[in-house]
Amino acid sequence: MRTINQMKLEFSSIPENEGFARVAVSAFAVQLNPTLDVPADIKTAVSEAVTNAIVHGYAEHAGIVTVSARLQGDGWLEITVSDQGKGIANIAQAMQPFFTTQPEKERSGMGFSVMQTFMDDVRVESSPGCGATVRMKKRLENNA
Amino acid sequence: MDYERRRDTVAAYVTGELDQCSAQGIRRELDQMIKDPSVKRLVLDLKGMRFMDSSGIGVILGRYRTLSQRGGSVAVKNMNAHVEKIFCLSGMNQIIQII
Ligand SMILES: Nc1ncnc2c1ncn2[C@@H]1O[C@H](COP(=O)(O)OP(=O)(O)OP(=O)(O)O)[C@@H](O)[C@H]1O
Ligand SMILES: [Mg+2]
Repeated sequence: MRTINQMKLEFSSIPENEGFARVAVSAFAVQLNPTLDVPADIKTAVSEAVTNAIVHGYAEHAGIVTVSARLQGDGWLEITVSDQGKGIANIAQAMQPFFTTQPEKERSGMGFSVMQTFMDDVRVESSPGCGATVRMKKRLENNA
Repeated sequence: MDYERRRDTVAAYVTGELDQCSAQGIRRELDQMIKDPSVKRLVLDLKGMRFMDSSGIGVILGRYRTLSQRGGSVAVKNMNAHVEKIFCLSGMNQIIQII
């Protein structure tokens, strides 16, 4: 499918960048004039994926988080969030609601469920030691 | 964070963004407000909260745990539709009153 517009961000794995990343991606999506809920949906999903990269992927040592977004001619927005961190051994288990490896930090294990609720499609690629990539898609309905 | 104490109830006014970055500070402030064991109820007013993700679920459930251990409860007020979706997704609406 034809790409109308695309962007890519790379930033350090520090919590202060969570706000910046979600606002940047949602501002990028707004140019397609989406319905009212869409910017908030995108902000929330991006926040979840970026937070995971920072707190799980780079739990042991800091690194670079990459976020890219692509607007397709058919009105789909594709967002990719990736890290080169520790990776996920069991992806199906990680995506289960309430599954968390950090209960002591009061995490609820709802991040992937939130992404799935606010986006139309969420896919995860990862292997231990090789980082993780989350690919999310959203249909921007107002795109004529 | 602004808050009011009336008898056994603390009303806290959450403002700004509740994400992983701000969660630690907000958690600390809330714990300070409910430290006194005679506090039995925490009402979180979310009117001024512009953003929340799953980190907020963790913060709210954590305070719920503290208060339910002393026979108390947590309620949430002025939640927008977006936050309510996250709230219901996690089943928090079954243990935390929405007012
Ligand atoms: N980028 C990542 N790298 C390594 N592990 C990850 C990554 N993203 C998620 N995980 C693993 O998947 C689990 C589930 O993630 P999810 O976002 O659903 O919940 P959480 O982050 O643990 O809690 P919450 O998002 O509710 O604060 C995490 O606990 C972690 O073990
Ligand atoms: Mg998470």
